[in-house]
This record gives sequence, C-alpha cells and structure tokens, in this order.
Amino acid sequence: MEILGIPLQAFLGQLMLGLVNGSFYAMLSLGLAVIFGLLGIVNFAHGALYMIGAYVAWGALEYLGLNYWAALVLAPLLVGAVGVVIERTLLKQLYKIDPIYGLLLTFGLALIAEGIFRDAFGVSGQSYPVPELLQGATNLGFMVLPNYRAWVIVASLLVCFGTWFVIERTRLGSYLRAGTENPALVQAFGINVPVMVMLTYAAGAGLAAIAGVLAAPVIQITPLMGSNLIIVVFAVVVIGGMGSIMGSILTGLVLGIIEGLTKVFYPEASNIVVFVIMAIVLMIRPAGLFGKEK
Amino acid sequence: MASARAVQHARVAWAVGLLLLIAAPFIGVYPIFVMNALCFAIFACAFNLLLGFTGLLSFGHAAYLAAAAYATGWLVRSAGWSPELGMLAGTLIAAATGLVVGLIAIRRQGIYFAMITLAMAQMVYFVFLQAPFTGGEDGLQGVPRGKLFGLLPLADDKIMYFVVLTIFVAVFLFVIRVVHSPYGQVLKAIRENEPRAISLGYDVDKYKLLAFVLSTGLAGLAGSLKTLVLGFATLSDAHWSLSGEVVLMTLLGGMGTFAGPVLGAFTIIGLQNFLADRVGSWVTVIIGAIFVVCVVAFRRGFVGELLAWQRRRQKVG
Repeated sequence: MEILGIPLQAFLGQLMLGLVNGSFYAMLSLGLAVIFGLLGIVNFAHGALYMIGAYVAWGALEYLGLNYWAALVLAPLLVGAVGVVIERTLLKQLYKIDPIYGLLLTFGLALIAEGIFRDAFGVSGQSYPVPELLQGATNLGFMVLPNYRAWVIVASLLVCFGTWFVIERTRLGSYLRAGTENPALVQAFGINVPVMVMLTYAAGAGLAAIAGVLAAPVIQITPLMGSNLIIVVFAVVVIGGMGSIMGSILTGLVLGIIEGLTKVFYPEASNIVVFVIMAIVLMIRPAGLFGKEK
Repeated sequence: MASARAVQHARVAWAVGLLLLIAAPFIGVYPIFVMNALCFAIFACAFNLLLGFTGLLSFGHAAYLAAAAYATGWLVRSAGWSPELGMLAGTLIAAATGLVVGLIAIRRQGIYFAMITLAMAQMVYFVFLQAPFTGGEDGLQGVPRGKLFGLLPLADDKIMYFVVLTIFVAVFLFVIRVVHSPYGQVLKAIRENEPRAISLGYDVDKYKLLAFVLSTGLAGLAGSLKTLVLGFATLSDAHWSLSGEVVLMTLLGGMGTFAGPVLGAFTIIGLQNFLADRVGSWVTVIIGAIFVVCVVAFRRGFVGELLAWQRRRQKVG
C-alpha cells in the first residue's frame, strides 16, 4: 500500500517518529508556558534541564545501577531541586526588571550546564538501553509499532494532561492562575506567592527532566541535545502563544507530526519547517494560534 | 544629560583608544587578533544600535554576520569580485535578510521578539548547513584578500589592518550620528515608552524596521570584513552561541553607551583567545558565568558603571 508514492510502512513510521518528537515539544513548551505565566521569564535553561534529566537517567544506571523507572522518579526530583536553587538564588532578583534579563540569565545558566557536561562527558554522546519491559515491537497488522515509542507518546500525554488537570481543575491550579493574573492580590488573600513561584519553577524544571528521561533511550545523550531542541520549542511556543495550556500541548504534537511528514515528502526542509510555519503564523495571526492579542 | 565635562572626558578616552589602535601593529601586537576583535567591535556596535538605543533584543544576529561572511567569501573567491564590491554585496545581502526577518519579527514585542529572531536565525543556520555554496560543515575556505580598489594589496597585514580600523571608526561615528539624529531620538522614545510613541503619531513599526535593517546591515559589514581578514567563513559564524556572545559583549561593555560594545568585544575576544588553549570546554562555562554575573549584578556594564560613578561624584562635588 502507498500514500502519494510513499510506502505505507515508511509513512506511518515517520508519523510515529513525528508524534514522539511532538510529545517532547509538547512537554517542553508546556513547562515554558507555565514558568512564563507565573514568573514572566522565558526559561532558556529549559533545554539544559532536559539534558540534565537525560544524564541523570544515564548516570543512575551507569554508576548506581538504578533502572529506568527509578530514574523517572529521581530525575524530576533532582532537577526540580536544581530549579529551586536557581529560583531562590538568581531568578528571584529579576522579577521587577525587564523580562529580557531573565532570558539572558537563563541563557548563561544553559551555557554553564552545557560546558560542565561537555567537560565531563565529551560531545560524542551516550546511549541508554530501552527498559526491558518496553523492548520489542507490536505488529498491528498494518505497521510494526516499537513498544518504547508507544510508551513515550502515552506517558507524555499523561504528563501533559495531568499538568493541564492540576492547573485548570484543582484548587492549587486556581491559585496558580490567580497568581498569574495578579500576584499582589493573591498574596493579600494569604497565599504564599514566593513559595508558589519557587515551586512552579521547580515543577517546570521537573517536567523538562521527565522529558529528558523519556528521550534518553531514543536519542544520543549529548550535552548539546537541549539547546538544539529548545530553539525549536521557542518557535512552537511562538506559534501556539503562551496563553493556553491546552494550546501548548496541541501545537507541540501537531508540529511534531508536520515535521515527521516533511521528512517523508521533502527531507531537506524538515529542519526548517517549524520555523517556516512560525513565520507564516506570525504574518496571519501575530498573537499565535491560541494566544490573546493584548 | 551628560555634562560638558563628561563629554570632554569621553572625547579624551576615545582619542587615547584610537591612538592605541593606530600604534598597535607597530608595538608588536598580533594584527590578526586586533583585526578580528575590531570586526566583533563593529558587530557589537551594530547590535547595540538595536538593543541599547531602540530596546529591541535580537537573539539571532549571528545569522546576518554569517550571511554576509558567506556572500563575500563566495563572491570574492568563486566569482572573482573585488574586495570592496564583495563587502558591499555582503552588507546589502545581510540587510536584505534583516529586512525579511524584521518584517516578521516586529509583529511581536519584547520577549517574543527575541524568541522569533532566534528561531529565524536557526532557520538561516540550517539553510547554510545544507546550501551547496557554503561548504557545509567545512565552511568556505581560502578566500583571497585581493586589492582594495585595485590599488591596495590587502594581503599585507598592515594595510589590511588600517582598512579594518578605518571602517571601524566610520561605523563608530555613524552609530553616534544616527543616535543623535532626530530619527535616533524617536528610537529612544520607542525604547522608553512604545505606546506613548505610538500615541504621538509615530509609525513605530517603520522606525523599528529601519533600525533592524541598519543594524543587520552593519552586522553584515562586520562579517564581510572578518571573512577577508581570516580568509574563511564557517558555520560557527551562524551558530546561536555567537548570537549570544554579541549580546554579552554589549551587556558587559555597557548597552546604550557608544564605547561599551567596543570594550565588551575586546574583552570577550581577548578572554576567549587567552582561555582557548588553557581550559578547553570551560570557556563556555566561564562565558556563561559572566552572563549570570552581568545580569544579576552588573547590568550597566563597564561604561555604564563608569558614567554612573561620574554622575555620583559630580553630585557630591
């Protein structure tokens, strides 16, 4: 069977890969959106935190013998703790000044993390084995689906919708949304806003770490993996607009799929297709697909 | 407003700086190093026109430097153009790229502007990675310097040096002229309060776009010149880390000051040269740490701090 001259197997395979990439875009842009909402900071270090998450998984297996599932718990906690330190010592000082300084500071942090990991592990990259439980593939009749890829998609959708549920449907989330609108008023109602801000950054960092662990078995773990990804995620965020949680998730997934399909039909453009879409969206709808025009 | 004395101090400092730069090749300073630093000083001055005087953070300025570097390199090497025409073409191509990106990026403000320019620059990077004329990962090698206007043999390092220095001084003065012109005053108004500038009837987008094109064109001039000096253009010219470095040069030296970006460029290039053989990949860590320190504790930069100190002293005295 063929679709537009492409064998169905290859087509579905790329679609699947696109969906996997899209899951990472969704998780990372979600974290960026949550952090931006409350802190007003575009977290350039998000890619570095994602990279550290992957290295935590690799290091836990290599040095401590801790398996994938342990890493899935350990990495977000560890990276979240790093997030707490960053927020308390550095970001805290920037809330009252121009938001570009937040971008520059987190850019500096990303460089520091990247340099340290490059010095420790080199640039060639590490590989991480697929956990035993998820090895192999399932034959669906029309295509062979690698189990691990299916798991990445399911797990990241769970994480994304879990985050959406917490923010949109729980009391904690309502504080968060109120804090985004008017932190002074929320503080006056007796909610400890500084702690909430700190935990939000930690949670965003933790989300990036989970994405890093999920990615570890399907990519080469290198110190540069985060920076290359984060720039695409910025474009995703511009396309979706940072106003809406569901918008971030959807935009991430859809762009991953579009990128995957571009690989099938016009591979030369697959690196730039997200940026081209960003340019087109900006011409038609500057606030982004789900953003609100101010 | 700067007092007459402060202006006088600045003039003396500039004169001393210029004399040092003129003397540099005769007192045993490695000319290629200073030429390279001067190219980055031009780059940083161009960038400062945007960040310091218009309040726009472009996080993708390496793209324009690289566009011009490749254009000049290819035209001079493969098409046999003269260096002056090669530089002119490089500058224009960078400005044209800037016009296209600018048209897209000015549709959003503030932090989004930075993200969009970064994303567009990454796109340019991938285009260069795959385009047939850039030499991919190897870059464009062996660009001859040729003869300027068919007369001056640029292969002589001293002659090349004074050409670079002359262009640098011209760009430096041009930026001052632009900032002090009525147009520059409007840019300042946009930086301070954009809605107000709009309500006063200024077509803010047009002013911002022109600033963007000027800045990217000058960044291109820096790239063209760098290709002639070093004889090659590579992908690292287009990489986002270079876009970050020019932000750091401007921030460290003092954004919104004239001499700041120049000092910043010399500091960062000097530091990189000094550290490269000594600490390996810790250069990145150190650059990152300088970024963090600048943002947290040193937002005015060298020149900004100096000016603030001068003002304080005047108040006391």
